[in-house]
Formats: sequence, C-alpha cells, structure tokens
Amino acid sequence: MNTHEVVAEASGLTKSYGDLHALRGINFEIRRGEVFSVLGPNGAGKSTTIEILEGYRQRTAGHVSVLGEDPQRASRSWRSRIGVVLQSAGLPEELTVRELVTHVARFYPEPLEVARVISRVGLAGKATARIGSLSGGQKRRLDVALGIIGRPELLFLDEPTTGFDPEARRQFWDLIRDLRDDGTTILLTTHYLDEAAHLSDRAIVVADGRVVADGAINEIGGREARIPLVRWRDGDGAHEVRTDRPAALVSQLHDSALEGNGSGEIADLEIVRPSLEDIYLGIIESTQGDLS
Amino acid sequence: MNDLSSVRPRAVALPSGPSLAFSRLAFELRSYVRRKDSLFFTFAFPIVLLAIFAAAFADTDLGGGITGAEYYLPAMLASGILTIGTQNLGISIAEERYDDTRKRLAGTPLPPTAYLMGKVGLVLVAGVIQALLLVLIGRVAFAIPFPSGERLVTFAWVLLLGLITSAIAGIAVAQLPRSAKSASTVITPVVLVLQFVSGVYLPFSLMPSWIQNVAALFPLKWLAQGMRSVFLPDALASIEPGGTWNHGGIVLVLALWLILGAVVARAMFRWIPRN
Repeated sequence: MNTHEVVAEASGLTKSYGDLHALRGINFEIRRGEVFSVLGPNGAGKSTTIEILEGYRQRTAGHVSVLGEDPQRASRSWRSRIGVVLQSAGLPEELTVRELVTHVARFYPEPLEVARVISRVGLAGKATARIGSLSGGQKRRLDVALGIIGRPELLFLDEPTTGFDPEARRQFWDLIRDLRDDGTTILLTTHYLDEAAHLSDRAIVVADGRVVADGAINEIGGREARIPLVRWRDGDGAHEVRTDRPAALVSQLHDSALEGNGSGEIADLEIVRPSLEDIYLGIIESTQGDLS
Repeated sequence: MNDLSSVRPRAVALPSGPSLAFSRLAFELRSYVRRKDSLFFTFAFPIVLLAIFAAAFADTDLGGGITGAEYYLPAMLASGILTIGTQNLGISIAEERYDDTRKRLAGTPLPPTAYLMGKVGLVLVAGVIQALLLVLIGRVAFAIPFPSGERLVTFAWVLLLGLITSAIAGIAVAQLPRSAKSASTVITPVVLVLQFVSGVYLPFSLMPSWIQNVAALFPLKWLAQGMRSVFLPDALASIEPGGTWNHGGIVLVLALWLILGAVVARAMFRWIPRN
C-alpha cells in the first residue's frame, strides 16, 4: 500500500502570533497509505501543524497542500475526503451512538455502512445507548467512528488514546492498523512513544517550532542513537557501555568474571536496544542543548 | 477488510444543501425533545406567567376594561417569540461555538448554512407549537376566543415574521458571550430588560413616554402590539401610543431588525471558531 505518491506536504510552514513564533519553517511529506506521526513535547507546535493541515488555522507563511488543495481555501468535496478525529468534546449527549453516526454519515457522498463502523470501533453493544452514558474511552471510539464514517483518504488522529487503559489502547492500535491496511493514510500525533513505534511508518519530531528529526520510524534519530547499551555491575560499581558489538563485550566480561568469581556470571547484566522513547528523549535533549 | 476501505470507485455528488438543512432540523428537533427538563420549562414558563398575571390583575382595569388575561395572553405570545428565538437560539449557538460542537461540524463537509437553517427551523417549529399552546390555554382557562378571519391572518404573519426576526437576532447576539459558561448570563438579561420596557411584564401604558420611545426602537414592543391587535377589540387600539394598531409600523420595524440581524450575523458568524 505504501507508494511514493504524496498526499500531503508542507514546506517552510510558519505560524506566528504577534511576536510568538509557534512554527518556524516546518517541512515534511506524507505518502499515500502510510501512518505518519508528528512527535514532540507539549507546546512544540504539533497541534498547530495538524490544525493548519485540517484547515482550522491559517498559516503565516509557507506552502501547504493536502490532497492537492490548500486547506485554508478548501472546498466541501475536499472536506468529504478527509476525516478529523477531535478530542472528545461537542458530542450531543442526548442522542444515541447510532443516531449521531447516521446523522453525520448523511454529510458525505459515499459514507461507510453505519452498523459496520460502529461495530469496528467496538461500540456494537452501545449502538442504542445515549452518548451521555458512555465512558471516556467509549466516547473516544465514537470520535473515531465519526472521523472514519465518510470513508476518508486521509485521517487526522490528534492524541487519540489519551486516557485509555492499556487494553483499550491495544484494541485501538488494531483498529488503526486495520484502517491502514485498508488504504487509509493516517496522520497521528501522540505523547506515547510506544504507540508511535507500533503504528507509524515514518515520523517527524517537532521541537520549538522546527523539525529536529525525521525519517522512517525504525531509523529516526540516526544509526548512532540506536547503538545498544550494555549495563552491568562489578566490584568497581555500575558500568554502562555503548557498543555495536554487545555479544563480544559480554563474552569478554564473562571471561574476566570466570577468572574473578569462578562462576562467570555478571551481576545486573542488561543489553538494551534504545527504545523510540530513549531515542526521542535524546533528540529533545540535544535540541535543548543547541538552544541554550 | 473491505468494509473500511477508503477506495472510492466513482465520483459521487455531495448531498444537496436543502437535504442537509432538513437533516439538521430533524437532528435539532430530536435533541430538543430529548432535553425533557429544558423542554418542560420552555413551554411551561409563559403559561405559568400568564396564569400569575391573570390572577394578579384579575380586578384591575388595564385600560378600556381589559382583564389581566386578555392583556397578558398577547404579551406572553410576544415574549415567547423572543425567548425561543433570540434567547434560546442565541445561547445554543454561543455554547456550540465554545464547546467544540462547531469545530467538530466544521471538520465535515456540512455547509454552515445548513447548520443555521436547522437552528432557525427549530425556532419556527418550537415557536409555533408554543404559540398554539398558549392560545389553547387562553381559550380553555380564560375564555379568550380563537382568532378568526382577518385576525387569524394577522396572528400568522406576526408570529412567523416575529419568529424569523427573533431567530436571526439570536444568531447576532450569539456573538456577544466570550465562553460557553457565560452564554446564558450574557444573553438572558438583554432579553429580560427588553421584556420589562416593552410592555410584556408591565402594561405598556404605565411606562413613561421616554421608556416607550426607547422600547419602540426594538422589535418586542411591536410584536406585543401586533398580538394585541389579534386578541383585543379594535376600539382598544386607543391604548397604543399612536392610537392605532399600526400594522405598517410593525412590519417596518421587524423587517429592519431582520435585515440588521442578518447583516450582523453575516459579518460576525464564524463557522470555524478562532481560539
């Protein structure tokens, strides 16, 4: 599904509020069929970026194209080709799940089947329940149902699993993978790096209004950042060494431990591949170093 | 996984504006009747007030031998038009601006005109039902006859023109509140003050002439006058400031407010709220 056809792009995207520069020149491309993540600390410009792409905010300068149109002059037919999953707010509490999804489906030229969408987000048992009676996680699923009912080519997911328990998050990931497998391009923002690692094909890291890293999710941050870490403890205390050849190091440690304690065992031995979270924190830390 | 496929086999036209406006009206009506508490108070309030005023002014001559019920039925009809349109619609549009309802809708291909037409349609449906209910109570409880002939025509155009003007004014006043929580605090007093100066709660003839002149700039005074012309004998036109029912003046003032409201709403209404 992952072709090189670009469905959305931004170049030199800037957004200023008076003297406050929220975005200082953002560049990226989103390709058809991929899950693309925008990562970064709070206040880094993630939401501003996504809201400009959704057509909610006007940019100050730069070029933006989403599905071939400029979002700030977007037509109704453009709106029918994107899906926006908002934070759970503005839901009519007195209607049922099915009534609301049916109503919103009428806005679109070719909506998906209402009952199928409700069951795919895991709300089949709640179809006739009033929205006001749903739990936070169930409302979040309803948000997703409303985002996909119009059969979007490009789906915006802004921090979709905030407040989910681990099981609900796993189920949600399955849903997102299904959507991707069906050919929907997805733009995701999230605070959970394990979520980004599981779901994304590519990502950018935004900090202080700039893109500080970008690339495939298993390459982002560069090869250097992915060198494994070997940790252990001996008579001299705790040790931590980064090496491309962890097995060789462990073998060497084993040999010297044999000479020392006779058993060859090494206390508190760990070989750690840096997680996306470790890599991300490294990127953010080095960015802050550059700024100060 | 074909059931969630984003692949579109062919280009299909977007749903038409009028069909979406009807969808929105059906949606608004359904939400409205499900809010049982607010439904009850909206419809009961003018009836309860009518009963209180009728009792309080039972033995008072409000000019030309009119009873309390005869004076206050038209007053409550006019008041209901303003409450259901300007007040309720204004509050609902302001709340939906700040509680993200509109942000959600703006992310879909729904045209803003369909949203607004659903809102105005709700005012028309609820306003007509409320007016008929009041007239029925007037007939049953206070023996005020149903309007007929020319008076029925007057009743119909005052009611419909009044509801539309009131609804458009509601879209305009919805721009005043700065948060969802302040919506009813900001809009309710505007409507309440208008009711007092326009002869809805206090007989208009008791007002000093400067208050009468101020009230004459706003539509409620004219709505009440129009409704009095439906229910009171023609001889009692003498209690009005000009000594006539002045239907021409009613149409003129309501039409001016309709245009003013539409201009303000057009200039101020934001489909995509700025935050």
